[in-house]
Amino acid sequence: MAAFASVISPVCALVLGPLLLALINRTKAFVAGRRGPPLLQPYFDIAKYLRRGAVYGDATSWVFRLGPVVNLTVLFAALLIVPWGAIRSPLSFSGDLIVVAGLLAVGRFAIVLAALDTGSSFEGMGASREVHFAALAEPALLLALAVLARVTGALSLTPIYQGITASAWVAALPTLALAAMTLLVLALVENSRIPVDDPTTHLELTMIHEVMVLDHSGPDLGYIHYAAALKLWILGGLLVGLVMPLRSGALWLDGSAMLLGMAILAVVIGMIESAMARYRLVHVPQFIVGAATLSVVGFILILV
Amino acid sequence: MFEFLGAILLLLVGGMAAVASRARPALCQTAGQSGAVAGSMLGLVAAVRILVSGQPEAMTATWLMPGGGFHLQIDALAAFFLLPVFGLSLVTAVYGRSYLAGRGDGSGLAGCWFHSNLLTAGMASVIAAHDGLLFLVSWEIMALSPFFLVIFDDRRATVRHAAWIYLAATHLGTAFLLVLFVLLGNLAGGSDFDGYAAVLKGNPGLASLVFILALIGFGSKAGIVPVHVWLPEAHPVAPSHASALMSGAMIKVGIYGLVRILTLLGPPQPWWGWLLIAIGASSGVLGVLFAMAQHDLKRLLAYSSVENIGIILLGIGIGVVGLATGMLTLTVIGFAAGLLHVVNHSIFKGLLFLGAGAVQHASHSLEFEQLGGLLKRMPWTGAAFLAGAAAIVGLPPLNGFISEFLLFYSGFAAVLDPAPHIAVAGLIAIIVMGLISGLAAACFAKAFGVAFLGSPRSAEAGNAHEVARPMWAAMALLAVLYLVIGLAAPLVVAALADVVTAATGVATGLVRAQLATVTGPLTTTIAVFGVLIGLALLAWLFRAHLLWARRIGSGPVWGCGYLFPSARMQYTASSFVQPLTTQFHLFVRNRLNVLQHGHIHVYVLYVAATLVALLLWASL
Repeated sequence: MAAFASVISPVCALVLGPLLLALINRTKAFVAGRRGPPLLQPYFDIAKYLRRGAVYGDATSWVFRLGPVVNLTVLFAALLIVPWGAIRSPLSFSGDLIVVAGLLAVGRFAIVLAALDTGSSFEGMGASREVHFAALAEPALLLALAVLARVTGALSLTPIYQGITASAWVAALPTLALAAMTLLVLALVENSRIPVDDPTTHLELTMIHEVMVLDHSGPDLGYIHYAAALKLWILGGLLVGLVMPLRSGALWLDGSAMLLGMAILAVVIGMIESAMARYRLVHVPQFIVGAATLSVVGFILILV
Repeated sequence: MFEFLGAILLLLVGGMAAVASRARPALCQTAGQSGAVAGSMLGLVAAVRILVSGQPEAMTATWLMPGGGFHLQIDALAAFFLLPVFGLSLVTAVYGRSYLAGRGDGSGLAGCWFHSNLLTAGMASVIAAHDGLLFLVSWEIMALSPFFLVIFDDRRATVRHAAWIYLAATHLGTAFLLVLFVLLGNLAGGSDFDGYAAVLKGNPGLASLVFILALIGFGSKAGIVPVHVWLPEAHPVAPSHASALMSGAMIKVGIYGLVRILTLLGPPQPWWGWLLIAIGASSGVLGVLFAMAQHDLKRLLAYSSVENIGIILLGIGIGVVGLATGMLTLTVIGFAAGLLHVVNHSIFKGLLFLGAGAVQHASHSLEFEQLGGLLKRMPWTGAAFLAGAAAIVGLPPLNGFISEFLLFYSGFAAVLDPAPHIAVAGLIAIIVMGLISGLAAACFAKAFGVAFLGSPRSAEAGNAHEVARPMWAAMALLAVLYLVIGLAAPLVVAALADVVTAATGVATGLVRAQLATVTGPLTTTIAVFGVLIGLALLAWLFRAHLLWARRIGSGPVWGCGYLFPSARMQYTASSFVQPLTTQFHLFVRNRLNVLQHGHIHVYVLYVAATLVALLLWASL
């Protein structure tokens, strides 16, 4: 039973990850008065890319081909460590949150180098923005996790998330709320959502993530799309696990609550995307640093 | 100890034989190289034996020098710092011969070999010295020989200027050390380190004074902000293998000096640790910001050394705070993180400088705007440089991640501490380390991405070719070490026990117990890395399977409809980091211009004035 329980979280992520993207798109379509693409569209897209051949830029080397592979596998590895709310991860050890941050950094580094490998100024531009925002988002993520570690007195993600119960919320309400704000902003930043980046924009000059992957095609692009879904699932799971403090111990109850929470998160992101315009690029750093500051305030609040 | 003396002797004999045979360049190179290789191997044997056995070795002899004794002692701490010194000397000697071939005349080559061997011997004897006077004499040898390496290319005015800045800066630092040892020697009535420890025991005021002197004196050699100015001037202009030796090993001797003095000072004050953390954090962040803004590959690497010295000091600072407040976890993990990063940094910075040398050798430029597309032309150098860049950024599963893991771990451990000021310090350490690693990723994405990826930005870069086999073999050796240290992390960390004991004075049993709390998690981490590598292989094979027999095209990249892209239209190195440098422009602008304007005579005046003032004050 324990072995079964521990594979639930990665299996759910692998199977349901792309569904989150579909839900966001459906929400946006609903708000705009359209019907929107079918819920399985992201799966169709990934399958389509995997069936295609590929075209490579003249300047590219093996770094370009390796980028999407590394970017996808680090997320697989992270799924071994990251719990899904009350549902534990397959592996849990002191300091595993540092390893997760490290793995995310590897994936980002691989995609940035792949973008630079094309020699295209558009992709260089995207890479430049990506490293800029990531340099601010990385300390923000560690900061939010440090706040959760302080609240729960644990150094590993699974015990931390086991410790975020309703009574923990009662005891440290402002702090946990502020940390949740930070995690929400990070989920938007790291997954290139509005108001930071617009995944559906049509102008290369204003993109961040999409412009870095302009020249990937075929299976490489399929890997990138799947990785984007998994990353949204992982960061969204960290947020939902925090704001949804149901720790009943019953697997089906906790699991359904998390599923519901993830669906609500997708709707919330869809609403944010419908209601907000994208920030100007120069304001994005302020957005990230502001979100990190919330966690610092939360940390100070529980010290005194 | 005989191996150690033999190593010094071989290094010196090799250097002198190179000078003697300077009329015949090939023979001169052979003499210098074989002296360096044989001496370093012997030195490594001595250091490894002491580390494995855990038994310190000592030697005293009569010496004609008045006012000091000849007392060598190699404990685990000294042996640990000997590893990067001899290890890098060995690798750079393998590399140096091909690199120097065709550069300069016989006397230039002889000078280079003589002084790099002398530098290694000087560093080794600084580390082994257990006597103030012997230490200072070795320190001067170590400080002077790089001057001749920096000025190797002496026909260029900028090189001469850099060499003089180096000379002035190193003596500014030495002035503080001179006062430190004279002061302690007067009080102790002798120059032996054991006597110093006796005087310092139970005298916290004196200990704090000595700490400050040591921090400035050794810190200026290590390259901490704000006494780092000489480093980005001097390191880039030396021959690349000498830069590797200086950046990889010599600045670590500054760290060694600081840690060694800390062991003599007795129980530390908490504020020493706070000061070290503050200096470490500012050196780390400023170092990487300055590194990012550079237009020259070797200057970027030199500034990145400032950043990594900051990371090392951050770890040691956390350790000192732990020692002063009796918190064992912080003490042991902090020192372990700092010390492991010493070795890690010497490996990756050694490789990166060797890689920069190969780039210069092949494309005759280090300017980013002249490089590009080198990975296709120099596949081995490029792959090794990529490994070095990933390791220095602290990416798993390479060695840099292990020391950063320890540092973050100590930060998180501090965050859980009931005392608010410790928790806040832990939080600050986490933020600073997160920021440093994020900025370092940007910095090295630029360094590797602009130099090695894309299309060549100049004809020279387009015509570049792979370097001679010994040169890339030296780099490959270091690159393999990353993966070994990364994947053998639990063993490596457990092996630090004796070194941490020697540095902190905490009982070995307690140190081992503390290290055991991280070796467990590290073992699981390595398992995750194993899965990661396996999955990456599978994903790669699956991709190859999908693409099997399908149409693979190639063509120009998307140019928004523009059909005639050229290499000059690529994103440039400066534009790549422009958003970050603009955001942090407040810090990147050099605020020390008032004191540091590059006029050598003013620096010499500083040296003289400092020396006179300090000596006067010490004699009062």
